Amino acid sequence: MAQAVVPAMQCQMGALGKSAVRARPAAAGGRVWGVRKAARGTAGFKVLALGPETTGVVQRMNQLLDMDTTPFTDKIIAEYIWVGGSGIDIRSKSRTISKPVEDPSELPKWNYDGSSTGQAPGEDSEVILYPQAIFKDPFRGGNNIIVMCDTYTPQGEPIPTNKRARAAQIFSDPKVSSQVPWFGIEQEYTLMQRDVNWPLGWPVGGYPGPQGPYYCAVGSDKSFGRDISDAHYKACLYAGIEISGTNGEVMPGQWEYQVGPSVGIDAGDHIWASRYLLERITEQAGVVLTLDPKPIQGDWNGAGCHTNYSTKSMREDGGFEVIKKAILNLSLRHDLHISEYGEGNERRLTGLHETASISDFSWGVANRGCSIRVGRDTEAKGKGYLEDRRPASNMDPYTVTALLAETTILWEPTLEAEALAAKKLAMNV
Amino acid sequence: MSLLTDLLNLDLSDCTGKIIAEYIWVGGTGMDVRSKARTLPGPVDDPSKLPNWNFDGSSTGQATGDDSEVILRPQAIFRDPFRKGNNILVICDCYSPTGEPIPSNKRYNAERIFSHPDVKAEEPWYGIEQEYTLLQKDTNWPIGWPLGGYPGPQGPYYCGAGADKSYGRDIVDAHYKACLYAGINIGGINAEVMPGQWEFQVGPSVGISAGDQLWAARYILERITEIAGVVVSFDPKPIPGEWNGAGAHVNFSTKSMRSEGGYELIKKAIKKLEARHMEHIAAYGEGNERRLTGRHETADINTFTWGVANRGASVRVGRDTEKEGKGYFEDRRPSSNMDPYVVTSMIAETTVLCNSNLSNGSK
Repeated sequence: MAQAVVPAMQCQMGALGKSAVRARPAAAGGRVWGVRKAARGTAGFKVLALGPETTGVVQRMNQLLDMDTTPFTDKIIAEYIWVGGSGIDIRSKSRTISKPVEDPSELPKWNYDGSSTGQAPGEDSEVILYPQAIFKDPFRGGNNIIVMCDTYTPQGEPIPTNKRARAAQIFSDPKVSSQVPWFGIEQEYTLMQRDVNWPLGWPVGGYPGPQGPYYCAVGSDKSFGRDISDAHYKACLYAGIEISGTNGEVMPGQWEYQVGPSVGIDAGDHIWASRYLLERITEQAGVVLTLDPKPIQGDWNGAGCHTNYSTKSMREDGGFEVIKKAILNLSLRHDLHISEYGEGNERRLTGLHETASISDFSWGVANRGCSIRVGRDTEAKGKGYLEDRRPASNMDPYTVTALLAETTILWEPTLEAEALAAKKLAMNV
Repeated sequence: MSLLTDLLNLDLSDCTGKIIAEYIWVGGTGMDVRSKARTLPGPVDDPSKLPNWNFDGSSTGQATGDDSEVILRPQAIFRDPFRKGNNILVICDCYSPTGEPIPSNKRYNAERIFSHPDVKAEEPWYGIEQEYTLLQKDTNWPIGWPLGGYPGPQGPYYCGAGADKSYGRDIVDAHYKACLYAGINIGGINAEVMPGQWEFQVGPSVGISAGDQLWAARYILERITEIAGVVVSFDPKPIPGEWNGAGAHVNFSTKSMRSEGGYELIKKAIKKLEARHMEHIAAYGEGNERRLTGRHETADINTFTWGVANRGASVRVGRDTEKEGKGYFEDRRPSSNMDPYVVTSMIAETTVLCNSNLSNGSK
């Protein structure tokens, strides 16, 4: 009967226990799988995902979750992740691997029930997962990994929702790979309160003060959800994702992080892995992540995924001319790009709130109301990169990066079309 | 309050050689796991070196009050992830004082089947996919579901992530590491189609160890949900309606099935299973008729079907196996509350020991 007494004490200890969790420095890992006893560096990320109504000894759960299994077994846990049937849902499941691996090619292919993700019918449901990129797992620590995969039929054909396969083809074309395409992707996202689906920090049934004070702000009346953004930053660094920065966005409850510069196909892998980490962290925090491009109608910014892009020629002397030629090509394929730049983008690209109208193509130096923006640095030095501001926050990075490479490196307009476009954009190319 | 944690985590190895052994057994309902602990003078790594023990069977529906002792015989040892150090978990089975297995002891018969020379020679491998549902304590409503209501329909939850799609991951992840630590051959985990439902896989395990490992994994899961203040249910259809049930699909292969030409033997084995469908169903878990409706990725309980990559069949063969001409098959009929000793030994018995009486009409 001693059992009956203990739960009551456990409740109290749970409350104290949470504040007693010591913050530890994040592991400096990158892509190397050194065994680190201080895998406990991830303790700060662990919030019991079940909410205050559960009782129990929080410490014991945390101990199991944080356990460093490396002294007891060589086995590692590999979390295979893939993009599901809607094109924006990330799915994952884990398996035990007998020992640490160095390369995705050492990992076995796997399969899953495609009929449960809208990717296969029930009577022929197997979809095959091909491991493509490995990241360290910031939640499990140790030698455990997260594996970015893409999806194939049993006969080896990429299934329709697999956007990576085609992108990989484009990036391995020698004309493209010799140009070493760099991408810097600015992923915006909005945090929503669970159960009411209203942005974090907004009063339920009402609105906060108008936009103005919130961009890069601090203060409890101006910044909502920083813990998620900061936890995500360190988690990505630990995992080996090329995260380069974060900032609070113009709409309250909205944030941005940037991934890059990444070369070719890596951009897509790193963005999807970072989205997965973000979804896991918001899950722990009890907050809902949305990548919708216009979560709140009206005088509130949408969420985009501006893609900064450059090739070797653009980065070298005289690159600015190459950039202008690229912009010219992009202007001639505007509708095609727009159709691949994310669902619902028409609600966001209105011409207001730092966007260009969806039907018009424009470009300018330092102009945030354009489709393509070129930085003042780039203009001054005569070389650099361009920023495509059209993609929505829910875009598929494989699709967008490959399309940029294809349109600017592989595709050539007819001479007449080129001349017309040059006149329209007032360019001498 | 931190004193309690310090005491729980005391490392005894520098003050005594004694260890704590938690003896675990299956209780009278066939689904309740029971345990109690005792001190032993030093570390043990062989079950045969552990002493037999006994418990009050009248308190678990396994004996009468006037003759209540039930004997525990240790059968398998695992490292204790809660007490750590040299402390252990011990899977036991139950006997009368005169040495007879009591009726709820399903391991004894399974052991007999697995020691049969024909079965032993075939080295039967099992991979068991244990599904289970997490329920909020006190209301018995699945976790993450609004009280008095329902979540959005199934679709986004299978292998999902996000606070609006995934409920209870900490339990699942803690369980994964705890099982690895304990020495259980846990193969993987995933979130299931119904929100609040999860699955872990144990295997490949040989013969009787499949049952031992699965029961140990279930015990550890029950202990972890106890810590988290959440209830684990192995009911095969916890919520009626348009919500998936919970099963315990059993993947099976013999040495011959894994060798060249194995696919023919697999097909023969499936025919034998078909001939004994109703006997298997009767042993595959209580309440299974609420789950095996023919919908929600199940086959109807009264019909036996099989197919390659077909999740609506009783038995599914993977595309890999078909392509390579050898491999294994998946019996999708067992429910989540099945007894693994019963199911694994029955599959071995039917496919290895029974002669096909369908084609030649004899025996």
